[in-house]
Amino acid sequence: MLRRSLRPSPGRGRPPSREERERAAGTADEAPPPTELERLGIWLDRRTGIAGVARTGLRKVFPDHWSFLLGEIALFAFLILVATGTFLTFFYVPSAALVPYEGSYEPLVGHEVSAAFDSVMALSFEVRAGLLMRQIHHWTALVFVGVIVLHLARVFFTGAFRRPRELNWVVGFVLLTLALAEGFTGYSLPDDLLSGTGARIAYSAALSIPFIGPWVASLVFGGEFPTDALISRFFVLHVMLLPGAFFGAIAVHLAFVVFHKHTQYRGGQARETNVVGRSFWPSQVFLSTGLFFLTAAVMALLGGLFQINPVWAYGPFEAAQVSSPAQPDWYVGWLDGALRIFPPFEPTILGVTIPSAFIPGVVLPGILFTIVAVWPFIEARFTRDDREHHLLDRFWEHPGRTATGVTILTIFGILTLAGGNDVIAFYFAAEIEALTNTFRLLTLVVPPLAFAITYRLCRTRRDRADEPDEPFAGRTPGRGGVALRRTAAGGFEDVEP
Amino acid sequence: MSGPTRSGFVPPAERRAERLVLAAFGVTFLSGTALLILYLLGGQTQLEGILLTLCLGGLGVGIVIWAQRLMSAEVKVEARHPIGGDRRRIAELGDVLTEEAGFTRRTLLIRALGGALAGLGAALAIPVFSLGPAPGRALYETSWRPGARLAVAGGQPLRPDDLPIGSLLTVYPEGDDSDPNAATLLIRIEPELLRLEGEAAGAAPDGYVAYSKLCTHAGCPVGLYRAADHRLICPCHQSEFDVLTGATPVSGPAARRLPQLPIRREGDTFVAVGDFPTPVGPSFWNMGGG
Repeated sequence: MLRRSLRPSPGRGRPPSREERERAAGTADEAPPPTELERLGIWLDRRTGIAGVARTGLRKVFPDHWSFLLGEIALFAFLILVATGTFLTFFYVPSAALVPYEGSYEPLVGHEVSAAFDSVMALSFEVRAGLLMRQIHHWTALVFVGVIVLHLARVFFTGAFRRPRELNWVVGFVLLTLALAEGFTGYSLPDDLLSGTGARIAYSAALSIPFIGPWVASLVFGGEFPTDALISRFFVLHVMLLPGAFFGAIAVHLAFVVFHKHTQYRGGQARETNVVGRSFWPSQVFLSTGLFFLTAAVMALLGGLFQINPVWAYGPFEAAQVSSPAQPDWYVGWLDGALRIFPPFEPTILGVTIPSAFIPGVVLPGILFTIVAVWPFIEARFTRDDREHHLLDRFWEHPGRTATGVTILTIFGILTLAGGNDVIAFYFAAEIEALTNTFRLLTLVVPPLAFAITYRLCRTRRDRADEPDEPFAGRTPGRGGVALRRTAAGGFEDVEP
Repeated sequence: MSGPTRSGFVPPAERRAERLVLAAFGVTFLSGTALLILYLLGGQTQLEGILLTLCLGGLGVGIVIWAQRLMSAEVKVEARHPIGGDRRRIAELGDVLTEEAGFTRRTLLIRALGGALAGLGAALAIPVFSLGPAPGRALYETSWRPGARLAVAGGQPLRPDDLPIGSLLTVYPEGDDSDPNAATLLIRIEPELLRLEGEAAGAAPDGYVAYSKLCTHAGCPVGLYRAADHRLICPCHQSEFDVLTGATPVSGPAARRLPQLPIRREGDTFVAVGDFPTPVGPSFWNMGGG
């Protein structure tokens, strides 16, 4: 096919080695005249030099494990969001200008609504397949953030963020925050009663920052809430700046994966010095393509059969009105929960008021997100471990890390539940005041307990791994123990750390 | 798993897998066609969803089975190489970046460049500050003016009999409901129940008391009223305010009263004595400086 290598083709007597096969693909000395396909390949190669890159690229080995698919699903969800979102953009009107509603939804006919709300109503009732696209878009957005969080948890608990991958962890963190920002701005665009409430709370959180809050809130929202600028600004962020940044960050994220080569779990032939798995072409490409369509199928099922964000039922945004219960999308629930259960604390120190929304709405998420963002560096400071790691940890091998992760997840979990305290109060006929106090108590008591229990369990498991009869032996490499693996014959052999 | 051999023999497992892939692709073809027909007939969201699911799912299942059962499952091993860390190369890189560009000899210019960039940053701040007005009096004021009559949005001035005891209405300055931050709850309580102090008591004639509708926590409209214990409740974060004692926060995260709008009777209507005495809505750092 290519006149690059002129080495002789391998002998016929024995099966060719991989290297020889690779070389053979480039030999041409006894080649018949090129086929149409080959001619196309030669044409392209002489203009791009792609053959060499593609050949090594297609042979690249990727380890096989279901947990490695989470990041892929997140990527696919993003593609589905871009596709459905582009469709929605063709109909959506990013304007707060008031128009009389004249669509086919009877209860609202004649009401003054924003052009944005009007266009979302048209998408839901008049545009054919519009409701399907809208609902797929919203469902996919929820799954998107969920899968990113699962992917982050996988990377965290297996220690995949250690050198050389710390920077890619930070890139991943940027992707998470961009996804959250996408979700939040998108949530606000329909300009229904619920979405306006969410934007208002964000405004209040921005306003609460000491010294710069009024400026920040005014610059972001274009003045005092509610402003006409909000819809058009969030629209530009949602469909242009944030997705653009996301595409860029994905490119860096994936480039790092190719450059570092994927991590792998211990076992089999896997070592720190190799990658064991299936080659990119054809099996990984086919599996990933199949996974993409399966992801899209699940999104289509959710979007087709399960109603989400029925803006016609909420009604248009009106500044003096609010719906109850008021629930945000799931990934904002923990922030809302923090705002709900934080005690009424609003001191004024030397004339400076610290608003009650500041600590739960700005400081707490700031601290949690900073910890997540720089975790690889925090952990390296504690472990003084600067070596390269390509083999993944089992979750119990680093009790401190696992316990920290479980604690953070527990905090998110309790706060998310607290964010639904009005719903819980309604369905369980509980007093809202008692629920709020219960959640305050749980937030203080459960996370430390979760840390202690997780730490204890991991330690026990790790100590057990040190005992000689432990079949899956292997104390954490580098901790002074010897890692063993049982062979097929029943004996043991050393595992290189 | 090899493909068909020269003799044409296909192992039964492969034949089964092939049939599955064919069936899956068939589902995609049929459901995709059905989706198009459904669309042409006028469409129906739920059926569209199911057909689209089958269409995409068939393709996904077919491709995955193809990859798992009919492609090489050969495990391959690729070597890794340590990443970076060669100090000599880093030193060389440093030389290329600094020495060759002459940076080490031009410290004055480097510093001047830093200053120039700071100037550029100042210039770039201008469009940023155009994004919103400087936060000024707006945060401290609403559109309530002395003498403004209380009215429901777009309606006539409110008369005392419009409001039975134990009920409430959202009111604005008459003829001007353009300022959402002026939204006010007028509540009628039996006068002997009210326990307001000082000026506040005088500003609530005959048991009619007016509070800002914006929650002092995160600014949501305080939209719920529990008449049994005279509490206003914010549906966003469940702050509760006791109407009888001047809308003091009694439960939930709000730490500040709902500001009370001073009102008085004027003939058969209510008028505002002035604007709210403190800022309405969520708190901010210099709110005491109004």
